[in-house]
Amino acid sequence: MAANPMTQFEVYRIGPEIKIGTFDISFTNASLFMIVSSFAILFIFNLGSKKNSMIPNKIQLLAELSYSFVAKMISDTAGSKARPYFAFIFSLFMFVLFCNMFGMIPYTFTVTSHIIVTFMLAAFIFIGVTIIGFIKHGFGYLKLFVPSGVPIILLPLIVVIEIISYLSRPISLSVRLFANMMAGHTMMKVFGGFVVSLGIVGGWLPLSFSVALTGLEILVAFLQAYVFAILTCIYLNDALNLHH
Amino acid sequence: MIKKIFFQSIFFNFFFLREVFAAESGGMPQLNPEFWVSQIFWLIITFGILYIVLSKFILPKISSNLELRKSQIQENIETAEKQREISEIKLKEYDEIILKSKLEAKNIFKNAREKVIKEINLKKETLDKQIDEEISNAEEEIKTLKRDATDKINKIAIETSSDLLKKLIGTEINNSSISAIVDDLWKKNKDKYYGS
Repeated sequence: MAANPMTQFEVYRIGPEIKIGTFDISFTNASLFMIVSSFAILFIFNLGSKKNSMIPNKIQLLAELSYSFVAKMISDTAGSKARPYFAFIFSLFMFVLFCNMFGMIPYTFTVTSHIIVTFMLAAFIFIGVTIIGFIKHGFGYLKLFVPSGVPIILLPLIVVIEIISYLSRPISLSVRLFANMMAGHTMMKVFGGFVVSLGIVGGWLPLSFSVALTGLEILVAFLQAYVFAILTCIYLNDALNLHH
Repeated sequence: MIKKIFFQSIFFNFFFLREVFAAESGGMPQLNPEFWVSQIFWLIITFGILYIVLSKFILPKISSNLELRKSQIQENIETAEKQREISEIKLKEYDEIILKSKLEAKNIFKNAREKVIKEINLKKETLDKQIDEEISNAEEEIKTLKRDATDKINKIAIETSSDLLKKLIGTEINNSSISAIVDDLWKKNKDKYYGS
């Protein structure tokens, strides 16, 4: 099992098989780590918001810093109109971040390294943003595909390109996160395998690579969660403040 | 060395991947649709619970905590500002009081000085008056004495001359004739003996 770098992404059933109709919704290791991440978030932020002391303790400071970090990110990219969606973007950012970070612990499962999970999140965001755009602007939201100041001759081409780029948003959003996580974990596994196969004599170089990669992967884990959240904010900005 | 390892890793990767391809039909476990529905189902449940709990219970608390702290800090700053203003006013009052008392002290000193000077002047005047009066009295006395002196001298002159004549001649001579002579002499030599 340890030799194959892809086995770490395998989903397996924990406990009995649960079926609703023809759908298999068994509890798996992926489900386990989704629950672990969610509960870790809820635990930390519940602790951080329990007591309101004038001078916050460490965990309260952590919760409040994350709150103001996400709040600033949203207000910078999507303006004050995005205020009602703060809770969603906050939970999205935290969920992705915690799933990524839990994946960094050895022998754990990385939920976000599965295309179906990231694609579901991205598709939900895409559909939600589109609905918000049509509710806010009606059919005027279609003006998003017609940038102003474009020569009439180029317009059909531009509109087609804009529509394709709009429709590819969920794919790019989901594949970016999934590919980053999968590539990073595979690399780490490969280098870890080298350490074992090269032994005590030649294993030091891949080991040092592995250490460096761990640092890089922690950075990537944060960065990808941030990118995921900020792109959601940008899409939301397009839907809320239509200006072209 | 690094390059070698890189190539090696690619080689091993292909090797492993081939193994995986051999072992599984999908290659990447991510593309195996066996547990897709399960993952979607659990994602919706966990993320839904996370979103609901965060948005209903935790985030409003954090938000209110932050607001409370902000307002508390603002309040503290305002009270500090107020206290500062009050202390400034007090300081101004204190300065004013000091200035006033200084002025008062000056006034009191000035008044006292004026009073003393007045009293001195008054006393001086009365003294001057007294001195003047005494001088004038003395002058008058001198004048009367001066005036009386001539008569007395004349009388003495008449008496002495009559006595002298009596002793010389032996007869008594009428006083009136002597006085006439004395008068005559006095008128003649008036300037000589008495001045003006």
